[in-house]
Amino acid sequence: MIRTELLRRPGRLGHIWRHGDGPSGLLAAAAGLSVLALVAGIGWALWADSALSRQAFGLSFLTSTEWDPAIDQAFGALPFIQGTLVTSALALIIAVPIGIGVAIFLSELAPPWLRAPLGMLVELLAAIPSVVYGLWGLFVFIPVIVKPLGVALDQSLGFLPLFAGPIYGPSRLAAGLLLAIMILPTIAAVGRDVITAVPRAQREGALAVGATHWETIAQVVLPYARSGLLGAVVLGLARALGETIAVTMVIGNNLDLSASLLHPGYTMASIIANEFTEATFDLYLNALIEIGLVLFVLSLIINFVARLLIWRVSRQVAAG
Amino acid sequence: MAMPAATFAAGGRLVRRKTTSLVMLALTVIATVVAIIPLVWIISYVVVQALPALSLTFLTQLPTPVGVPGGGIANALVGSAITVGIGILIAGPIGLLAALFLALSRSQRLATAIRFGTDVVAGVPSIVMGIFVYSIIVLPQGHFSALSGGVVLGFIMLPIVIRTAEEILRLVPSSLREGSLAIGAAEWRTALAVLLPAAINGIVTGIMLAIARAAGEAAPMLFTAFGNPFMSTDVNGPVATLPHTVFVYAISPYEDWRAKAWATALVLMAVVLGLNVLARLITWARSRQTGTAGS
Repeated sequence: MIRTELLRRPGRLGHIWRHGDGPSGLLAAAAGLSVLALVAGIGWALWADSALSRQAFGLSFLTSTEWDPAIDQAFGALPFIQGTLVTSALALIIAVPIGIGVAIFLSELAPPWLRAPLGMLVELLAAIPSVVYGLWGLFVFIPVIVKPLGVALDQSLGFLPLFAGPIYGPSRLAAGLLLAIMILPTIAAVGRDVITAVPRAQREGALAVGATHWETIAQVVLPYARSGLLGAVVLGLARALGETIAVTMVIGNNLDLSASLLHPGYTMASIIANEFTEATFDLYLNALIEIGLVLFVLSLIINFVARLLIWRVSRQVAAG
Repeated sequence: MAMPAATFAAGGRLVRRKTTSLVMLALTVIATVVAIIPLVWIISYVVVQALPALSLTFLTQLPTPVGVPGGGIANALVGSAITVGIGILIAGPIGLLAALFLALSRSQRLATAIRFGTDVVAGVPSIVMGIFVYSIIVLPQGHFSALSGGVVLGFIMLPIVIRTAEEILRLVPSSLREGSLAIGAAEWRTALAVLLPAAINGIVTGIMLAIARAAGEAAPMLFTAFGNPFMSTDVNGPVATLPHTVFVYAISPYEDWRAKAWATALVLMAVVLGLNVLARLITWARSRQTGTAGS
């Protein structure tokens, strides 16, 4: 029955102590909403603090190749957008087949006792700080792998603008390859989870009608997990686009407009890292913040697409 | 699923199909080996390069000018501890509350929106997060500070804390919560006295992963914590951090600074990978524990 003390009119504090669900619920809701506020806040701050640049250059900011803080004070982001797209594309071309291969191995082939330790190694690869990748990239990866590879590419395919020399160590090639290593664990780990979620019945059905192990994977499991795998790739792309320090250390930071992968370049993230504290006047700073705005919008779109794809798979799986 | 059943029919091509299968499966093994090589290569190379420069005094001394022997990273250790500490103070409570809200909320529409928002925040490039904090703290204050660096790290940690904490709170059997509510405890006391203790292992794991991620962030530190060659514990002044120190030393033209970059990188990796391994061991131990209980 009702305890008598609850019938007494409690003091204000006592009341909250016993029935504090209203305030505490509000507090929890506020914490949850703060995440949405953070997203809105980032968008608003980047928009507001890039006003000078947006007004001065409008949309031509995205298509102009001129980046001249010293004399003309004109700013265009195309070289950086190009650099980001080229290095990210290169990273995807290399990391996607390898990453999906790892995902297949971890989910379909590896004996159970090997899955957990191997999965952990892949996840540790994702945990290595970006600056350590950059350090290793600068002093080991470039001289040992990238430079010899660049020389070989230039000698065999140098007639293509894509592989035109001269060879420098730091280059778009170096950044793209290093990014490939960095996004590979993302693709492999998410891919593994997506493939593991494919119902057993799908595999057993294919094996029962006489498919080989590989045919089962290639013609049944992978198509079933297709949109989730695409989601994994898109998440990898998101990491590549925003990756800053490692890229800044190996790309050479040069406003080179050639198409060559072997030349040094620049990305959106690396120009911000390099010049943000050197921006001596407001328009300059605003132009750098506008590049940050472009990156933010890109990351929004890409995350939206990735979540949509992964969500579709989980719904598909839930529906059987 | 439109399955081209005809291609599976056993026939003269069976040997070829089986060979293809073997070759492709072997390729996935090669892919896995290729993926692991950088991990082994990076860790072993960092260790080999760092060991000569590493000593106890490296951890306790302040940096020396170029060419002066000795010197260490005490300032960066302290700076990293301060900024990451501020980050936890922000991301810990807010993240836990948000996770409780997500795990217990009856409004699924709002919860979905917040989950999506969490994913978006997790996907914002850290350098963009740095610009954001530069706009709201450094610019109005007019100076770089440990505080601004800590706030960036807090924002970077927030989605990690929310995600792992929500996941773990959902695993707490609802009978525990219902029992507490049934004996008259308020929802918030149930959360504090029943849910959080039951989930504390997983929450600690999540916070460790968040710390590991934040401790390695160099990019946003460039224009928030900024770096400082001297010892500083002033939250309103610039401080050095481990990843930023690695960056500065690495791109310097001086041989002895580069040697220190490797040594600092080893300290940073030991912290980050150590936290990761520890977090996974805790998770693994717990899953074995509950596994025997039939969950």
